[in-house]
Amino acid sequence: MTAIKTSSLSKYYGRSRGIIDINLTVEEGDFFGFIGPNGAGKSTMIRTLLGLISPSGGKAEIFGKDICRDKREILELTGYMPSEAAFYPNMKVWDVISLSAGLRRIDCTAEAKKLCERLELDTKKKISELSLGNRKKVSVVCALQHMPKLCVLDEPTSGLDPLMQREFYAILEERNKAGAAIFLSSHILSEVRRYCRHAAVIREGRILVTDSIENLGHTGAKRVTVSGINEPPALKDIRDVRVNGDTISFLYGGSPDVLLSKLASLSLSDVSITEPDFEEIFMHYYAKEGKQYDTL
Amino acid sequence: MILFKHELRWGRLTLLLWTMVIAFMLGICVLIYPEMKDQMSQISGMFADMGSFSAAFGMDKINFGEFIGYFGVECGNILGLGGAFFASLLGINALAKEEKEQTAEFLLTHPVSRSKIVFQKLWAVITQIFVLNVVAFAVVILTMGIIGETGGLKIVALMFLAYFILQLEISCVCFGISAFISRGGLGIGLGLAAFCYFLNIIANLTEEARFLKYITPFGYTEGADIISRGSIDVKYLSVGLVMTGIGIFIAFYKYTKKDIV
Repeated sequence: MTAIKTSSLSKYYGRSRGIIDINLTVEEGDFFGFIGPNGAGKSTMIRTLLGLISPSGGKAEIFGKDICRDKREILELTGYMPSEAAFYPNMKVWDVISLSAGLRRIDCTAEAKKLCERLELDTKKKISELSLGNRKKVSVVCALQHMPKLCVLDEPTSGLDPLMQREFYAILEERNKAGAAIFLSSHILSEVRRYCRHAAVIREGRILVTDSIENLGHTGAKRVTVSGINEPPALKDIRDVRVNGDTISFLYGGSPDVLLSKLASLSLSDVSITEPDFEEIFMHYYAKEGKQYDTL
Repeated sequence: MILFKHELRWGRLTLLLWTMVIAFMLGICVLIYPEMKDQMSQISGMFADMGSFSAAFGMDKINFGEFIGYFGVECGNILGLGGAFFASLLGINALAKEEKEQTAEFLLTHPVSRSKIVFQKLWAVITQIFVLNVVAFAVVILTMGIIGETGGLKIVALMFLAYFILQLEISCVCFGISAFISRGGLGIGLGLAAFCYFLNIIANLTEEARFLKYITPFGYTEGADIISRGSIDVKYLSVGLVMTGIGIFIAFYKYTKKDIV
């Protein structure tokens, strides 16, 4: 069974776009990364799946249940960690966690305690006294304490320190091994590459590519760095050109013999042709025509 | 039920404060009556003869020399305005506060249907209004006993009933509005309550504006009318009940479809 399946899912806010024509399948037990720059539609997608907003068009199912019709059943199987970890400010941490369990009408005190211990969360504090990182931890506990079959996490690690990030992913990996599907949105490529098995890249509301992390890393493009010339060689299929003194570096996606014969005609002092790194590949998906993102 | 309890817990301090202030002021008003009594009977005529000013507050139809007449005006101002503000505050915040505090995302991603959430929140609003009125009523009965004015008990009870319904109406209309807004609507709520209050004053002034009493819930809580009729005016009341129903319906209709952005 598939954990998430959408067909032509769209959401418009008035006339401005949220997500357009999204076709996505996440298998049960998968660890899926949903990557895109800020404002690309990641949160809109997640909020639509969880029934916070209703789609303008298309369909989506979670474990075979319709996101509009079977909202309650879906939410029973799902744990959600929002990107903004906002809770009732006057409540104590433990009260929020038990409210969450109470709203699910289950008792998962043992699991909640275990999670709080692992995340070093002080449950006696008031929410209003917590830092962002600690509020995130409350969010993690609320999302995971009831052992959901699907964990939906919207930019989960922002605000968590590196040690906690590692613990957090350790927990997720355990859950994943136990059979839960993980769906997380992020704009941090390194964590997606490290933990996810599949990923989709979203930009301006549209899915650009969906594949396994392995395949996404092999696009056939090469990073070519040459020294001794002042402008990039006149080739088709080059992009992400970087000029640094007399060293020019670019991504090349065409056929190798064209590249080599072109390079042979230039008087170069140095040349290297390497696999582009993972970040570069994603930069390519992120980048708009005529415009490039240097940082994420 | 868990959300209902959560709501009451969330609002307990507000409820405590408003209940204390309103009950305290009502109690004081009743307790000072014996002292006012003598002066009142002297100035009663004067109060009644101030032309449209008297009419605006319904004082032309009230005998200040009697406890119930005095109570009708005082009660009208304290319980009427105070209660209306409290009710509008509760109603307008009930749904909107979740989005304002950004807790809607937390609440609505639990397996609880939206209509259940609306229902429990509405129930919490009504309960809080009920508690305030019961305490205020108890304090009034108690203080009436202390000063030995127990004659107008039935009328006092009727007034409380009318004001309770007024508060329900205002809170439910605000509750309906609450489903549309995602930020604090305090201004809208309090403004609406004050607007209704002044509408009634205008309606009291001239015959041409009398129809406004159908619009404002203060139309059926007018102390002077309740005292002279011995009952609540059903023609104004029924409009109020319809408005209450509409407010509730709109809240359910809108909130179950609303996009939480």
